[in-house]
Amino acid sequence: MSTPAGATTRPLAVAGARGRWLRGSGVWLLAALVVALLPVVIRTPVAVPVMNQMGIAIVFALSYNMLLGQGGMLSFGHAVYFGLGGFIAAHALNHAGQGTLWLPLPLVPLVGGLGGLLFAALFGSFSTGRSGTVFAMISLGIAELMAASSLIFNEFFGGEEGITANRTKAPLLLGLEFTTDRQVYYLIAFWALVTTALMYAFSRTPVGRMANAVRDNPERAEFVGYSARWVRYVTFCASGFFAGIAGGLFAANYEILTAENMGLNASGSVLLMTYIGGIGYFLGPVLGAIVFTFLQSMLSDYTDVWLLYLGIVFLATVLFVPMGLTGIVVMHGAVWRARRLGRLVLPYLATAAALAVAALGVVGLVEMIHVLVSAPVSRGTRRLFWVLVNVRTVTPWVAFAAIAVAGVLALRWTMPRAGAAFAEASRPGDAR
Amino acid sequence: MFELVVFSLLNGLVFGLLLFMLSSGLTLIFGMMGVLNFAHAGFYMLGAYLVFTVTQHAGFVPALVVVPVLVGLLGAVVERQGLRRVHRFGHVAELIFTFGVAILVTEIVQFVWGRPAKRVEIPAFLDFPLFQLFNASFPAYKAFMLVVSVGMFVFLFAILTRTRAGLIIQASLTHPGMVAMLGHNVPRVFMVVFGIGCALAGLAGVIAGPVLGTFPGMAQVLGSIVFVVVVIGGLGSLSGALVASILIGVVQTVAVALDVSIGSALAAAGVVLDPTGFLHELTSVTVAQIAPILPYILLVVVLIVRPTGLFGTRET
Repeated sequence: MSTPAGATTRPLAVAGARGRWLRGSGVWLLAALVVALLPVVIRTPVAVPVMNQMGIAIVFALSYNMLLGQGGMLSFGHAVYFGLGGFIAAHALNHAGQGTLWLPLPLVPLVGGLGGLLFAALFGSFSTGRSGTVFAMISLGIAELMAASSLIFNEFFGGEEGITANRTKAPLLLGLEFTTDRQVYYLIAFWALVTTALMYAFSRTPVGRMANAVRDNPERAEFVGYSARWVRYVTFCASGFFAGIAGGLFAANYEILTAENMGLNASGSVLLMTYIGGIGYFLGPVLGAIVFTFLQSMLSDYTDVWLLYLGIVFLATVLFVPMGLTGIVVMHGAVWRARRLGRLVLPYLATAAALAVAALGVVGLVEMIHVLVSAPVSRGTRRLFWVLVNVRTVTPWVAFAAIAVAGVLALRWTMPRAGAAFAEASRPGDAR
Repeated sequence: MFELVVFSLLNGLVFGLLLFMLSSGLTLIFGMMGVLNFAHAGFYMLGAYLVFTVTQHAGFVPALVVVPVLVGLLGAVVERQGLRRVHRFGHVAELIFTFGVAILVTEIVQFVWGRPAKRVEIPAFLDFPLFQLFNASFPAYKAFMLVVSVGMFVFLFAILTRTRAGLIIQASLTHPGMVAMLGHNVPRVFMVVFGIGCALAGLAGVIAGPVLGTFPGMAQVLGSIVFVVVVIGGLGSLSGALVASILIGVVQTVAVALDVSIGSALAAAGVVLDPTGFLHELTSVTVAQIAPILPYILLVVVLIVRPTGLFGTRET
């Protein structure tokens, strides 16, 4: 393609050669072992619900990247398939609870997946004709359509309250019970591993490879003899299926679904996490989902304006690291293989320190403004970074502004040096 | 009935022209850079909130002038510092960037002005009924909105077709390479157009804030509809945007006023459905209830049948 439209997504083709290690069974067994041991090692009580959330987000983000990263289709309505799958799974769970349907909980995500597949097959039939802006607009239109429909069809969507389910009433499979978060964790972990492996396998099938070709140059793909539309449609359906599984897991974990789960904000978050993780790499969305969920659950404990920070991080990613977090990691592969990673430690530490100082200053200022704007006039103190600050005095403002300026100045000094150190270390040859 | 029709049409026209104020900037920006600006409605919201602040300090009339300029400058900065950087990564990256800006604007607005809705008063000198028709009055402020929208359209049209600057802008739309060869700074033209587009969005925010409400969700409410308008009218087509704006404006206001459903129509024809079945839920939905989804149904249909939109010449 002469236009740079595929530029951001191109690394996947390169990653194909490098990502070969994902083919070995050893990596997957190791991943399964780590996932199985995680709740045993991390013993804080809040960890398990957060990890459950992460598992669901991982499946959802990976399914999203099938569209965006592998198929080049930017969707603003992927949560539709997540949500519809979830609603169908919740209804199925309720039927299972009433005994009208034999459906043990471990199979509920599959029902969600089939629901997602059904609607993806329906909506995909007319939206995958084109990619690019037209596809993005249709996906947005469908998302709005579903958001508005959820207010109309109360029977299915449950109106404002949503649909609630009870997972403990479902019949047992092999005597497996799911009453605690920890038990559900293993269910989610199982499905997350299985779907990740399946989605990886999909990316290696001829249709998965053709999806990359259609993304980069639909015209040439057609000349090779493949229908670009059909390839996109198959990718879209598969993606909807896995999004539906994520929705089913959501229904099993939270036992409630509301229209919010398939709204524009949910679709936006999955775009955010996938992009921050790196759309050019298979494991990018996994990293993105983990980081995003972690930030979401941690930051929201400390500050009301965490979405503002998240927005800033997202924009910074788009502007400065379009290859995402995974891209940064992969970039250092060559340096690591040349055994020169040690040379980067000092410049990187300096940059990280400068970044931390700048962030400290900026966050301090933002939080003070927030207190000034939102707190009643009588109250003006807030604990910021272990210091009690009164925002109605001048000193903290000067202090945080000074810290911010110092951090930014330091960054301007350290950033070029870190860049130069990286360029020096990644230069081929001269391996000692 | 006649009264209903007249007022629905008038309100639809006001709303449609408001939509046009947003969609004209959006479609110009698209025509020029090939990118749909997701943050466009964000600038509209910013305009509405700035009016709230400026009105408190200086009054409505200064705000009418100052706010669009401020929003336009901000838009130019966003183009210069952000959009131009991501341009080399392709259209998808640009779309994602403007999406990020949209999120950030919403968050900043909530951060600065808080979550609760703000009340922007209709200025006193415009707060009177303009005329009476069948016991219903038409407020002067709506007429004012109408005048501003039409004035803006005439102004924009005159600049684009009658001035040298407009000539360069039009040429940059279709032949950017040639215009650059002739010694014009095309990136700067883009920046100016982006700024003007945002200023128009800001102006729309100024005049819509007092009637449509000023709250953090206002960008999302109108933003998606503006997209619909631009896509239906044909991406990059100014006249298409005008027609589609008025079409959507009228369709939505008329549909809201219609309290009939398939069920009621069937009942009038003598068919009564089982009130517990799913079919009943489906048919008892009134036209007023589906008014919010009508534009999206229209959008999906247009995109399937005619991907270029009504007046457009290209797809993406």
